[in-house]
Amino acid sequence: MYKYNDFDEAFVRERVSQFRGQVERRINGSLTEDEFKPLRLMNGLYLQLHAYMLRVAVPYGTLNSAQMDRLAHLAETYDKGYGHFTTRQNIQYNWPELKDVPNMLSDLADVGMHAIQTSGNCIRNVTADHFAGAAADEIADPRPVAELLRQWSTDHPEFQFMPRKFKIAITGSENDRAVIKAHDIGLRVRDRDGVRGYEVIVGGGLGRTPMIGKVINDFLPEADLLPYLEAIVSVWNRLGRRDNKYKARIKITVHEHGIDEIRRLVDERFAEIRPAFTGVDQDMLREIEAQFKAPDFKTASTDGYEAARLANPAFRSWTDTNLTEHRAEGYAIVSISIKKHGATPGDATADQMRVMAELARKYGHDELRISHEQNVIIPHVHKSDLPALYADLRAADLATANIGLASDMIVCPGMDYCALATARSIPIAQQISTRVEELDMEHDIGALKLKISGCINACGHHHVGHIGILGLDRAGVENYQITLGGDATETAAIGERAGPGFSADDIVPAIERLITGYIGLRADADETFLEAYRRLGAAPFKAILYPEAKANAA
Amino acid sequence: MPRAFTPKVITSNRLLEGDAVWFTTQNTWSGDIQDAEFLTDEAHADLRLLEANAQNGIIVGAYLADAKMGEDGPEPTHFREEFRTRGPSNYAHGKQVEKV
Repeated sequence: MYKYNDFDEAFVRERVSQFRGQVERRINGSLTEDEFKPLRLMNGLYLQLHAYMLRVAVPYGTLNSAQMDRLAHLAETYDKGYGHFTTRQNIQYNWPELKDVPNMLSDLADVGMHAIQTSGNCIRNVTADHFAGAAADEIADPRPVAELLRQWSTDHPEFQFMPRKFKIAITGSENDRAVIKAHDIGLRVRDRDGVRGYEVIVGGGLGRTPMIGKVINDFLPEADLLPYLEAIVSVWNRLGRRDNKYKARIKITVHEHGIDEIRRLVDERFAEIRPAFTGVDQDMLREIEAQFKAPDFKTASTDGYEAARLANPAFRSWTDTNLTEHRAEGYAIVSISIKKHGATPGDATADQMRVMAELARKYGHDELRISHEQNVIIPHVHKSDLPALYADLRAADLATANIGLASDMIVCPGMDYCALATARSIPIAQQISTRVEELDMEHDIGALKLKISGCINACGHHHVGHIGILGLDRAGVENYQITLGGDATETAAIGERAGPGFSADDIVPAIERLITGYIGLRADADETFLEAYRRLGAAPFKAILYPEAKANAA
Repeated sequence: MPRAFTPKVITSNRLLEGDAVWFTTQNTWSGDIQDAEFLTDEAHADLRLLEANAQNGIIVGAYLADAKMGEDGPEPTHFREEFRTRGPSNYAHGKQVEKV
């Protein structure tokens, strides 16, 4: 894992001390809110419906145990004993008081963490595949490059006044688990005849105008990455619409000018700035890579693991859903579900955080990851340790076996917390997952991505859910629109709106009809919801959702 | 024809704690909407909003929110404002348990 050097350490400490002064001046009246707001946003501090909210960065989703312990400490000391893992691999605290925030940031700095680039019109924290460094299908660990991008983007002098925020995601595998096609820039590590490079995708995004990103460069040599990205951001910084915040993101710039024109402008800018990159960045990348060296994997017998699987059906079920193939022999990637049925998706208590930290220390080479799907990953666990790890997870109420299933939903905070929300998301998710558990069908239903956003900004990624739910305010009443057929992976697609929205009372039965109705539509038990939708089209699914419309037409 | 003015209250969030508060006739801020000044005249409401926002050192960004008069004082009419009087629905946190 990356360890702060003296420069990073001094930089973060300096920011904490600056913010401490800014908070003091706001409280003593020297700063107005108009003056203070941009300063607090630069440090991840929002004001929400009921309280302040501090969004802490977990850069590219990677944590060690000491950092996870520190997140627990923050939850306990300054909040109500829990934290919320978000769809951008961050963690949010929902109840801090203004005067405590400098101390929170200082406590974070002690373990090499911060809340920088989690808000405002900057290049936000780079997100990455949550199985980075562990996945069997990986060409290369994307995190060193993500860290290089972090160092390049933090306080970049050219990008201090951008039209809007800018999000970069990176994956090191063919299989896209980082939703790279729905980011301002998406990067995929490629290997062409032994030469390392990147596919560069630009202009994706969700929100009110969802767009799938377009390939601007299908093979960018590794050493050209920083100047090329700098050229993209630079071109957008000049062309991007500052007159209308809804048209300011690069997806609109690409859409308005066309990918070919953007490519031409980027190439032109790239030719101009490339000579200034003398290779120092590549030297730095090599140093960073050395810090992301894989742990020393052990060799041990997996007989005990296989025996435990046979002996314990609950353990077997958990291993079936919550494990992913690891690149090292005898190892598995463990996904800890933060989606217990009926609970708030993404919320973990301080005690649970400590348990996860301890498990990573004991069995996981001290590494953890946060996924954009709001779960926690212990990426390197030898299979011989899984029975003991599972027992500890059960004791901490963290053993829900539902990864990738209907109740493993992405859900934004919605109007229970967020000042921008137009409807609630969390209670809808709680009701759906409770109902899914009652029906006891989700293992039969199989792979299903259900995603809920409480407003058009789409933090809950509803556009790319196989089933998406969007909460809206319709004439002063919460209303929920369903989209179908979205896909967040390498075969990314924006879901189509199914029809009129549903009331808060009707949305859960509608989802139940949909997922149980799909069973009758699928060709066989192996055909997933998305595959069935792609084969059959929207019509039979709409007929299930709107039976009265079908009756009226008959 | 201009739209008729609907009754309002002035609401904001406290600077230090961030919790929702309402502006009273006494120029103070209460954590209970029922203590809020009930505003039925548009010109008066606009004036009161200026006075509320002048208390920049106590609150953050006051605004007018629709309200109706109930038995014990003003009540919210929109669900967003109702949630602000109560707290989140997933936990017993906020005003629903920390009664002012």
